[in-house]
Amino acid sequence: MSNSHGVSLRLEACAKSFPGGSRALDPVTLAVARGETVVILGPSGCGKTTLLRIIAGLEAPDAGGRVFFNDADVTKVPIEQRKVGMVFQSYALFPNMSVAENIGYGLKIRGIGKAQRAARVAELVKLTGIEGFEHRRITQLSGGQRQRVALARAVAVQPSVLLLDEPLTALDAALRERLRSELDRLLRTLGITTIYVTHDQAEAMALGDRIVVMRNGAIAQIGSPREIYFSPQSRFVAEFVGAANILEASIENGELKLPGGRIKLGNGAPAGAVTAMVRPEAIAIVPPERAALCGRVDAVSFVGDRARLIVTGAADRPLVLSVANSTDVKVGERVGLAIEPDAVRLLPGDRR
Amino acid sequence: MRDRVIFCGQLVFTALVAAFLIVPAILSMLAGITANYFRGIGSGLTLQWVVAVWDLYAETIARSLLIAIATLAATLVVGVPAAYALNVRGGRLARTVEEVITLPLAIPGLAIALALLLTYNGFGDFRRSWLFILTGHVVFTLPFMVRSVMAVLSGIDVKTLDESAASLGAGPWRRFRDVIVPNARPGILAGSLAVVTLSLGEFNLTWMLHTPLTKTLPVGLADSYASMRLEVASAYTLVFFLMIIPLLVAMQLLADRPGTPERS
Repeated sequence: MSNSHGVSLRLEACAKSFPGGSRALDPVTLAVARGETVVILGPSGCGKTTLLRIIAGLEAPDAGGRVFFNDADVTKVPIEQRKVGMVFQSYALFPNMSVAENIGYGLKIRGIGKAQRAARVAELVKLTGIEGFEHRRITQLSGGQRQRVALARAVAVQPSVLLLDEPLTALDAALRERLRSELDRLLRTLGITTIYVTHDQAEAMALGDRIVVMRNGAIAQIGSPREIYFSPQSRFVAEFVGAANILEASIENGELKLPGGRIKLGNGAPAGAVTAMVRPEAIAIVPPERAALCGRVDAVSFVGDRARLIVTGAADRPLVLSVANSTDVKVGERVGLAIEPDAVRLLPGDRR
Repeated sequence: MRDRVIFCGQLVFTALVAAFLIVPAILSMLAGITANYFRGIGSGLTLQWVVAVWDLYAETIARSLLIAIATLAATLVVGVPAAYALNVRGGRLARTVEEVITLPLAIPGLAIALALLLTYNGFGDFRRSWLFILTGHVVFTLPFMVRSVMAVLSGIDVKTLDESAASLGAGPWRRFRDVIVPNARPGILAGSLAVVTLSLGEFNLTWMLHTPLTKTLPVGLADSYASMRLEVASAYTLVFFLMIIPLLVAMQLLADRPGTPERS
């Protein structure tokens, strides 16, 4: 099929209110390029699933909202005609069909002949690594296998856009990690336009070309994983994506004044009270005599690949540090802290 | 030792309860093949009463079967989609509709019959045909089908299954046929079992609705108790048992069979 890379996608002012007046989604405008993977990230209840369901055609946006696939208005087109591929959080595999029948169902609906269907199913079984399970019943599969079948079923029809609703959430942590990289490889191979909904920031970072961070039914920030991580535009994004030390302080002479010393900032730092953000791994331990900022180690927890420190006295609240696991410090020890000027991100006041 | 005493006690109790329920049925059936009930079993066994029943009431038996099958067909056609719609739709309206459908369970059959008579008495041909009884049976048995299918549907995530079939391109009818019905099968079978047995055995409502030309099996049974020798009525009971028990067993076996994969 010629559209193996899917469609471009555009949402214009798509809002969703539910009967009873509660607003699930404020008007959202979003463009997704052909072949792009966009991750919608946010805490539960932020409207991310509603947004996905509007794209899928399972929910209609409020009057005025419009959905475009390749510049064609599909707002009124029901899901069965949108040619989407969808993976549900619960997988929603058909218990009355075998694995192969599940994967081939969309092809059967499209009237594709038996031989051709079997060939395509075999191809997907191989691609998703579920060889040998074709004739199993769904109830005989593990969670990870079900996830693979759901994915194979969704991409079997070569959809114009692939929609994934928290596809890894139902799995345990180790399996989730493994399937995440499998999924990443698969999405790159297929090169299909993908919308991926999750509340897990690690998934979002690993899979997204771009991340849409949502909060309370509105988009908080759109950007590449790096932009979202290094340049959050709000305290919410800073704290939701990765761990963050939030410093309420004032700037004097290009330096951030803290109870335990100063942090030198780059040129052009504004004067006055600010909210600043520093990532835990951007703070280095240095000898206290040579440091502009000092504090006392309050807690050390070794987590294997890293060590996590809590340092008090440096800022208005305890700082969290993520340092190399070979770092040798003791609780109660006075340490110097070094922070690169670039690592300090000034945030606008949080609008709720 | 103590466990054994308790076990034996329970066994005796169960046997007594079972006997209390089963012995009358056996005695009744036995009476149906006894030459003269008042002289007891010693008067000899005979099939003459069964033959007499067949001669007198074969028509009512055939009619009952016809009505039961038609009732089943009607409740399947109406009840299964209704259960699906109520389940998917949810909310207050769906609950209200469910209550209305269930109402005939709480209303005495006589009252339903009276309502049907008041409404349709003017439609002479309809009033006089077996279809009139069929209507009553459908009203009475529909809640059993709807509730039993809904119970199964509520145990599976029908809404998401439906949505996932839709996402794969299946229209509403296709989704219903390929996904909903196969997964609702245990409920449909249980509902069918209930509908057929209730329809075959229904008396209250049918007694009010029947005409001398549209008697069903239970109405004929009442008729025979009232106007025939006791042996004939008992033989009639025997015929009823012979009809309904294989049916129950067959449907139970069908319900126990694990779901077979769809072949395509």
